[in-house]
Amino acid sequence: MTSSVGSTTGAAPTAVAGTARATAAPPPRSGRSALRRQERWAGWLFVLPALAILLIFLIVPIGFAFYISLTRWDGLSSPFGGGAKFVGLDNYKNLITVDNLTRQNFATSIRNNVYFVLFVVPLQTGLALGLAVLLNNKFLKGRSFFRTAFFFPSVTSSIATTLVFLFLFSGGGAVNSLLNVVGIRGPNWTADSRGVFHQVLRVFGVTSPPGWTQHQFFNLSWWDWLSGPSIALTVIIILVVWTTSGTFMLMFLAGLQNINEEVLEASEVDGATSWQRFRMVTPMLRPTLILVLTLGLISTWQVFDQIYLTGNNPATITPAYLSYSQSFRNSAFGIGAAIAFLLFGLIIVLAALQRRLVGSGEDD
Amino acid sequence: MIRRTRAPLALVAGVGLMLAAACGGGDSGFDSGSGSNTGGGATSGVKLTMLIGSSGDAETKAVTSASTAWAQKGGNTVTVTPAKDLVQELTQALSGGSPPDIFYVDASKFAGLVKGGALAAYGDQLPNKDDFYPNLLESFTSDGKVYCAPKDFSTLALEINTDLWKKAGLTEADYPQTWDQLETVAKKLTTGGVTGLVMSDTLDRVNVFMRQAGGSLLNSDNTAFTADSPENLAGLQYVQKLAKEGALKWPKQVDAGWGGEALGKNKAAMTIEGNWIVGGVKNDYPNLKYTVVPLPKGAQQATLSFTNCWGVAAKSKNQAAAVDLVKYLTSTDQQLAFSKAFGVMPSVKSAAAQFAQQFPAQKAFVDGAAYAAGPTSLPGFDQVQKDFDAKIIGLSDGSSDPKAMLVALQKNGTAALKAAN
Repeated sequence: MTSSVGSTTGAAPTAVAGTARATAAPPPRSGRSALRRQERWAGWLFVLPALAILLIFLIVPIGFAFYISLTRWDGLSSPFGGGAKFVGLDNYKNLITVDNLTRQNFATSIRNNVYFVLFVVPLQTGLALGLAVLLNNKFLKGRSFFRTAFFFPSVTSSIATTLVFLFLFSGGGAVNSLLNVVGIRGPNWTADSRGVFHQVLRVFGVTSPPGWTQHQFFNLSWWDWLSGPSIALTVIIILVVWTTSGTFMLMFLAGLQNINEEVLEASEVDGATSWQRFRMVTPMLRPTLILVLTLGLISTWQVFDQIYLTGNNPATITPAYLSYSQSFRNSAFGIGAAIAFLLFGLIIVLAALQRRLVGSGEDD
Repeated sequence: MIRRTRAPLALVAGVGLMLAAACGGGDSGFDSGSGSNTGGGATSGVKLTMLIGSSGDAETKAVTSASTAWAQKGGNTVTVTPAKDLVQELTQALSGGSPPDIFYVDASKFAGLVKGGALAAYGDQLPNKDDFYPNLLESFTSDGKVYCAPKDFSTLALEINTDLWKKAGLTEADYPQTWDQLETVAKKLTTGGVTGLVMSDTLDRVNVFMRQAGGSLLNSDNTAFTADSPENLAGLQYVQKLAKEGALKWPKQVDAGWGGEALGKNKAAMTIEGNWIVGGVKNDYPNLKYTVVPLPKGAQQATLSFTNCWGVAAKSKNQAAAVDLVKYLTSTDQQLAFSKAFGVMPSVKSAAAQFAQQFPAQKAFVDGAAYAAGPTSLPGFDQVQKDFDAKIIGLSDGSSDPKAMLVALQKNGTAALKAAN
């Protein structure tokens, strides 16, 4: 490989020199290809800074992280000097096939995140679309005010909004005070690890897990898998829906404004109700919808800030957070990196699946 | 076209990898696990770096000025950096190959650092080695070698909100000496918005009762877990009994972050914390009146100790100077100066009398040193403890079963121990 690289670089100066002469003289027949070669090299030269940045900050770290995921490294010494012991796929095995606490935590984090995605993605997409349709109404007064108001949470630091939510939802916080007024004693939201589905079942008289749910699957019983998001996670779901729907609203708004006004006006003249118009518009928003769903899916699988701030609670841990805590808190960088790659694979599979289900909006 | 584009890419990739290799190559002489070679480097004209997990400005200032005083004597300089997150920053510095010369080491992280070859074992060079509390030295001993000098320590004791105590019609004679008495007063103190006892829902508190019942997490030479024992079960069942009676609550249940806050907000009549509570409540609840008494006795007297040591990096080029600085910082006089500045308890016995004289209210913390046990120091124990801690709150409503909790602790702990060896 080095020799081929060497010969390519060696060829470059002659090519440059050759074309320099070629431009001075009237172009011979070979001049065009020389020029093209020169342009090619100039092109590479121009993208070199960007490429170098991509390589140094993206490709190399990813490759390095993958290498770490194949080692047992405690992070206390340089991984190059024998500090990281190569263990092959042991970390991945630990997460998937070995019955231990690590797998239990991983399974819990996957369960939490599945519920998180199932709730956040439809809710934020629906809310964003609804807001966008409202704001797209020409006759709405103070449109720019509402646009700013809805978009504001998206541009606020996630740390700040999370802290505000933590205060609002603390045991004696504003939300519980409000609930008190109507006579409801609110739970200690952010610390409550009880599953929402379990609580709903409790209303119907199912207070203890039925026998068939006692089978274990990946260190969690089916009862635990079917718990629904914990009450603590529900707070984060509300928070994330609130903060991100503003961004997606803007995307829908842009999509709506791309739709030919005449079509809508014509339908109005024909006496279509606003609901009918909305239904007519929606298919035209398909490319935007796919973008929003895909971005939503990816970002919800990577949720970290909000989890980090609400503390290390098994009821809220997600794979991204687990990757961090395994690395820096448990000194198991190999496991942490392996989680990151499993998450990466999961996101790719799910994004592809979603593309298949919703369609890409154009022919592939 | 595709073939053409690959060559420059490969070139850049090659350069990138070489760069990465060069960055990491600087410490190829690293040998894992040998942290014992100490005593290199000059002792004057040296530049030392120190990373501390500071509790606040007072601590940073005190450590900086003490280090500067030492540095000026020998013509050295010391740069003290307070870390935002000590564990994370230290890990980054160590993996980068250029750790600070001196840093705080928490006893629970000690074993991992020794195993990673990060610490120099300089314990034998300490002139006052015998002056340190033996159980603190034990927290920083591995394979018979004392690695680092305990910086300071605290033990857990019982803090009582004296106003609430009096309001409940209790006197000094009622300070609980036994589990039964603790239960009685806790129940008596629990009225309306006040809970008798509030303590953090962590193994670092609950373990007190397991120890007092005669149990322990690991056997004496740390080779096997003994978490699933009848003694530990008795301790945990006692905790559950109090919790079910409502006499014991966890900070989250009374809307507090920790025991000190619950005590300061008059939500708790008693809590179990270490002497950090003194500084912790001084600013936030200046009107709080409280007394510190020793923990009541179960089958035996027991408490937990928490301590840090002055770690010296195995890779430091200035170990001799670093050890010299540690000797200065751990001297009896300097430790008493630190006590005055930010309230920590000296790690040497020779300072105990003076400390107790200066801070009579904290006598219970010092006395605990005689029967305290250190924390579990085992790489990978962090997630085991987190798993246990998460279940503690469930003791109150019975959703967590003490026996099952101990079985899981035993299983997960054993796995961590196996993975660490």
